Amino acid sequence: MTPQDRELIARLSAERAGLRVDPDKTYLLENRLAPVARREGFASVHDLVAAIRDRDDDRLAWRAVEAMSPTETAFFREPRTFECVVSEVLPDLAMRRPGGTIRLWSAACGGGQEVYSLAMALSESSPPGVTVEVFASDLCERRLEKAQAGVYSQFEVQRGLSARRLVTHFESLDDGFVLSPRVRQMVRWRRVNLMEDLSRLGQFDLVLCRGVLGHLLEDARARVLSGLERTLAPGGRLVLGAGESAPGLSPVADRPGFHGRASAARAAA
Amino acid sequence: MHPSLTIRRENGDMVKDMPRVKLALVIDDSRVVRKVARRILEDLDFEVAEAGDGAEGLAWCRTEMPDAVLLDWNMPVMDGLEFLQRLRQEPGGDAPRVVFCSVENDLDRVRSALDAGADEYIMKPFDGDIVASKLTLAGVL
Repeated sequence: MTPQDRELIARLSAERAGLRVDPDKTYLLENRLAPVARREGFASVHDLVAAIRDRDDDRLAWRAVEAMSPTETAFFREPRTFECVVSEVLPDLAMRRPGGTIRLWSAACGGGQEVYSLAMALSESSPPGVTVEVFASDLCERRLEKAQAGVYSQFEVQRGLSARRLVTHFESLDDGFVLSPRVRQMVRWRRVNLMEDLSRLGQFDLVLCRGVLGHLLEDARARVLSGLERTLAPGGRLVLGAGESAPGLSPVADRPGFHGRASAARAAA
Repeated sequence: MHPSLTIRRENGDMVKDMPRVKLALVIDDSRVVRKVARRILEDLDFEVAEAGDGAEGLAWCRTEMPDAVLLDWNMPVMDGLEFLQRLRQEPGGDAPRVVFCSVENDLDRVRSALDAGADEYIMKPFDGDIVASKLTLAGVL
């Protein structure tokens, strides 16, 4: 990749998805874009970028930007988050809303590890008397397809996933493992760019968006956060990763990563 | 607990009266695997002991119960599963967190290891991240 190639990808990533991509990180760019170039039939990343530039190819440009978006690769990352959801937040909602529907959203689901961790935990102990709907989205079409298939390599299933859960929820498949249809079918998928209007997605009781904010430019971060905040149902919670914060929301006591509207957070405390 | 633990380091030094340092026992018939595991476990602040098969491992446990055992399955003399079953019958033998560490990746085999009392299971090949993740899940890190 030439410096001009790297600048173009950084600019497109910023314009289209608010992503902060450092054009000096040649290795990262090459690493993320090489599979895109290969799939699209280009001999090199440089050829891919040249096609984006010269043909003004919108679809290709998106494939490149999507590949630059951050992705999550461990199951049950920050395990306390999942304990909170399953043993505190959901039973609480179920009690206050008998017969109702609880909506959860993994807003940058990457390879699906986060949302499937939720789904597995839910399938083991789902709150009584309510319907739980689980949604997952990502910017990257390709990652969504992979996530939806629920197939993971031997390396992937050993990051954060207990052996007991592996034998309970997975079957062997070729060189890897596939998640049971029962758990996979709990999740509904959609490609979402968090920079766009999120109101069409409806409202959620819980939105997980971990490990994303740090990869966004400042303006984009504010925009994404306010978009996510508006998707929160009354009393809803936004769950961020360790060290991430939302200026418009207050952290919830004793639930690391959980944020709510100030009044709601006080009421719960 | 090890109030006055005596440990032989890899360089032969004897270290006495350690503050409470966690002890990991690596049972594997491959010297190479033991060496790799030792380096990873030492980076995670474990003291490390090694055994070449289940019988040798059991002898170790009778002298000093480890906090964690990284356990190969297929070994001469006594295999991992037999070691585990015997360990769990020893006085204090339910305390160590046992993490199988084997090339066996058949889920039925994994299931039988867990049913026999293993706390976690690593499918080889492994790296430091996997070992750390599994020891955390086993509750010893």
